[in-house]
Amino acid sequence: MSDRRIAFTIDGRKIEARAGQTVLEAAEEAGVYVPRLCWMKGLTPAGACRVCTVRVNGRPQSACTQPAAPGMIVENDTEELRELRRDVIDMLFVEGNHFCMFCEKSGACELQALAYRFGIAAPKYPFMFPRRELDASHPDIFIDRNRCILCGRCVRASQELDGKHVFDFVGRGRDKRIAVDAEAGLGDTDCAATDRAIDACPTGSLLRKRVGFAVPVGRREFDRQPIGSDIERPAAAE
Amino acid sequence: MAKAKVATTSLCGCFGCHMSLLDIDERILELIELVDFDRSPINDFKEIQGPVDIGLIEGGCANEENVKVLQEFRRHCKVLISVGDCAINGGIPAMRNMVPLAECYEEAFLKGPTVVNPSGKVPDDEEIPLLLDKVYPAHEVVKMDYHLPGCPPSADTLWAALTALLTGKPVDLPYELVKYD
Ligand code: SF4
Ligand code: FES
Repeated sequence: MSDRRIAFTIDGRKIEARAGQTVLEAAEEAGVYVPRLCWMKGLTPAGACRVCTVRVNGRPQSACTQPAAPGMIVENDTEELRELRRDVIDMLFVEGNHFCMFCEKSGACELQALAYRFGIAAPKYPFMFPRRELDASHPDIFIDRNRCILCGRCVRASQELDGKHVFDFVGRGRDKRIAVDAEAGLGDTDCAATDRAIDACPTGSLLRKRVGFAVPVGRREFDRQPIGSDIERPAAAE
Repeated sequence: MAKAKVATTSLCGCFGCHMSLLDIDERILELIELVDFDRSPINDFKEIQGPVDIGLIEGGCANEENVKVLQEFRRHCKVLISVGDCAINGGIPAMRNMVPLAECYEEAFLKGPTVVNPSGKVPDDEEIPLLLDKVYPAHEVVKMDYHLPGCPPSADTLWAALTALLTGKPVDLPYELVKYD
């Protein structure tokens, strides 16, 4: 990789990217948080959730798949884009069954944390209450599809980090769901409790059994700090 | 200055949100300096007495009576607030929303493992409010002005929102006070 710097701006702030970096990665390195959900460090970006939508020279693009290019003018933290991201998060809430009050992932869930960050007190769309299947066939792991947001992180993590192919999508549109590589369910796959795919799930859809509410309320990842605050740094003085 | 009027009710809720309100501890003495209670489980008034400044709604709408009470609150309250996850998204009672109503009745009154019901019938006394097809969040039934999520929202959350409203300040809660659990 060449060490030539690619100079562009995000909300007027000067950013320098290395060749091959996406807008999201370059922004993160420079201390600018671009909200994201289906993106995870170490996985091929999928551009699936659109939470990371920015405007690049005026056009909406997903920052996680957009390569940095010299002279780009990127908008990230504008009211218009915050509104769009809020809408995407809203829709993810109403199209699933997210019962935060008894979910083991609550407080460390990236979907919930984004809703907190965007100040969502109640969704503006009507709830759909779909019927979704649970899979508890594995001795150590369960899938609760009520909480699945179809980000595909488990699909990619299983392939790219675990060297397996436990998860994939089946169906289309509102019938799309996460499926596993065995007729009888997760218990019949080679999925192991140590698989990175389990940790890749941003919500409580993929969880280890017998862990429960291990971290007390108040000390969980997003109890006190909004998601992304570990990335954000003020712009360096010029 | 006349005290503000506050009314509260629990629709399809567990009274947990009302318990959380009582959890403001000794601040309740400050609260009664600021407000008078209209209809509320706290004084057991069954009907709203007059115009109300702030209405607090716990629970969503699971039956026709819930809808009537919510509409009554909307008619009389200047500011109406969804308090807690059940008012905001149906909460635990909404877990039945994925199951057809007929199956819910069957499980509860006819076939459930703990059912003792010699009549073999689903109760249909007209005193019993009819269930709705599913549990509805309050804002899907009437317009709600504010939402305070949480199961329940903490006493600090309720206190911060109420005192802001009562003193004419914007309800702008800090990050730690807006939580879904
Ligand atoms: S199970 Fe989790 S990681 Fe997999 S697609 Fe659903 S939300 Fe994403
Ligand atoms: S994080 Fe970029 S599209 Fe999901």
